[in-house]
Amino acid sequence: MSKPMHDTPMLDQLESGPWPSFVTGIKRLAKDEGKPYQDMMVDLLGQLEHSYKTRKGYWKGGTVGVIGYGGGVIPRFSEVAANYPASKEFHTLRIQPPAGMHYDTKILRQLCDVWEKHGSGLIAFHGQSGDIMFQGVSSEKVQAAFDEFNEIGFDLGGAGPAVRTGMSCVGAARCEHSCANEQKIHRILVNNFLDDMHRPALPYKFKFKVSGCPNDCMNSIERADMAVIGTWRDDMKVNQAEVKAFVAKKGRKYVVDNVLTRCPTHALSLNDDDSLAVDNRNCVRCMHCINVMTKALSPGDDKGVTVLMGGKRTLKIGDLMGTVVIPFMKLETQEDYDKIREIAEATIDFFAENALEHERTGEMIERIGLVNFLEGIGLEVDPNMVSEPRQCSYVRMDTWDEEAQKWFTRKAEEKRASAAG
Amino acid sequence: MPPRMPIESGVPDPFQYMHPLMARNFGAWNYHERPRPGVLCHTANSGDKIWTVRAGTQRQMDLYTIRKLCDIADEYAEGYVRFTIRSNIEFMVSNEAKVQPLIDKLTAEGFPVGGTGPSVSMIAHTQGWLHCDIPGTDASGVVKALMDELYEEFIKEDMPNRVHITTSCCQINCGGQGDIAINIQHTKPPKINHDLVANVCERPSVVARCPVAAIRPALVNGKPSLEVDEKKCICCGACYPPCPPMQINDPEHSKLAIWVGGNHSNARSKPTFQKLVAAGIPNNPPRWTEAAAIIKKILRVYKEDAKDWERLSDWVARIGWPRFFELTELPFTKFHIDNWRGARRSLNASTHIRF
Repeated sequence: MSKPMHDTPMLDQLESGPWPSFVTGIKRLAKDEGKPYQDMMVDLLGQLEHSYKTRKGYWKGGTVGVIGYGGGVIPRFSEVAANYPASKEFHTLRIQPPAGMHYDTKILRQLCDVWEKHGSGLIAFHGQSGDIMFQGVSSEKVQAAFDEFNEIGFDLGGAGPAVRTGMSCVGAARCEHSCANEQKIHRILVNNFLDDMHRPALPYKFKFKVSGCPNDCMNSIERADMAVIGTWRDDMKVNQAEVKAFVAKKGRKYVVDNVLTRCPTHALSLNDDDSLAVDNRNCVRCMHCINVMTKALSPGDDKGVTVLMGGKRTLKIGDLMGTVVIPFMKLETQEDYDKIREIAEATIDFFAENALEHERTGEMIERIGLVNFLEGIGLEVDPNMVSEPRQCSYVRMDTWDEEAQKWFTRKAEEKRASAAG
Repeated sequence: MPPRMPIESGVPDPFQYMHPLMARNFGAWNYHERPRPGVLCHTANSGDKIWTVRAGTQRQMDLYTIRKLCDIADEYAEGYVRFTIRSNIEFMVSNEAKVQPLIDKLTAEGFPVGGTGPSVSMIAHTQGWLHCDIPGTDASGVVKALMDELYEEFIKEDMPNRVHITTSCCQINCGGQGDIAINIQHTKPPKINHDLVANVCERPSVVARCPVAAIRPALVNGKPSLEVDEKKCICCGACYPPCPPMQINDPEHSKLAIWVGGNHSNARSKPTFQKLVAAGIPNNPPRWTEAAAIIKKILRVYKEDAKDWERLSDWVARIGWPRFFELTELPFTKFHIDNWRGARRSLNASTHIRF
């Protein structure tokens, strides 16, 4: 005999309205006669209604894990278990999705079957850090649920002071803007650090995110400790016949107002014959014109990535954007991919050694200065890393000649390399 | 028997689950069009075309919802789906004739088709009372309430540009940046249960966690505890996760604040952080009507006044903040004037680079 439903007058109000209702979904599970999760979901609804009434949360953390790993399970124990005993343990398994979040229905059904057997029947696609969140499992079922997910090719994600689950956009799988092999970068970076993901021992979290173009659909500049963003360094491609067709269809005023004048560096101009002139040396690859004229304009052929580091949200010193540490690098050969992996390794090693407890990469950079960070991970300074040079004269510069010589030597080497290549 | 050790397989290879037409044309796409709201059509260099139908979900889904989406994918699409960063589901089909029946089926089953182009997409959100250990409010419920109100804006492409809304149930702000963000803002210092602090909290870490050095160790009633300098305290709640006896959540004094102009994209301007526009909004379940009214007002003004392709931040950059407050009829207060650090403004936080 199943547990009777609690009265949930407030939650009931979230069953009406046109948007799909999570309350209706949870109620289906709570009324799912004979299922192992039924009572758990009855009490979960009861506790949630109690939160709605009292405007407070009633979950606390703890220690729950799987054999061999130190993280990846989010423990939740109820503080009001006396009233809602069946959901007293309601842990989450963070499971890493396939890069780009592609699924066929067969694997989705398999994931559902595992969660029907061991868990609550409630799954979030996906959490803010990019995991599939299997929400609601008792302590004793955690291991069995994980083992079954693991056997069908899925692994736990990150939690706590660890390398976290990464994210990459749909990218080359479906998007013409893609300038990189997003899923490959994502998998090479994250899968290289599984020890740092599964056994949390870093000062704090470290996140990788990969976007295939500067539209940055993965929000990587603001949300990733290491953001890898596709870009290109040759000329943008212009199909002039399609430009003319676009002007003919939308009108010159539309093109002037919505394409030309929205270019942040005034690098576009419309010729008298309705073809487009592009000042590629001053194009900053912002993507706007390409977003508007998808048929006529596209990124160039000499593709690569820009790498930014240090993005994070408010705690503790305020929001930080990631900043450029590599303006451009190619990602084509095995050596190229080895190089980005080595840069990530140097960064995480430096972070592990030098960050304070609970300090993110961006906060560490803020504390020690970008130059010390670059020296620590072995990267050279570049004017693309700043919006403008320093304004303040309070700096000791008695090694100026040496530093200037480094610049000239590096430039000469680059020139030789490009002449040879 | 020794215990089973995990297979440390990491991120799964997506090609095994990817629509075969997408795998076949990987890295070789030419252009895309949006034939109608909720539908994308991508054309590959090979001439292959794929149609994507995007639908909203509740994110927190029960097995029956997911299996229903699978049934729809098998019967009306081609068995392959993906999810967007905003928890929309995408069905890919290689035949245009399948698009309309798929839309009809999704709509009939209660999944709104939309979220493409200049629409209000699904709200990125957090866990809230349903599952978080430190929430000041709910997440799924706030989102359900707001998306009911913004349904028409999801299924149409009527906005000047795309609108990304986020919610966060504490000031850590896991929901992230958005054109509009609705976040908890605490207004009173933590209430400390001094009987528990010594046993539950690692006191030096809690002291170190405070952004304004307002916490210090103290003996209270003969017990080692922590005290807060309430004149310095900014009520951010950073001490609460490492020290649950420092309760920051309050049914009355944990309010909602609204922030606008966050933008992740490099298109036109460099990425921007969101800015405070409204606060002191009651945290009022189950439908958070006061917050919803302000969101709708901001959206209405943006829709009327912004030009095509202007994101909310672009629009405000053009019209200026005084006009923003005038048009939205929101009060401008001393709290809108920032007094935090901003030293990184001179670093390039973007991909705006000349090659």
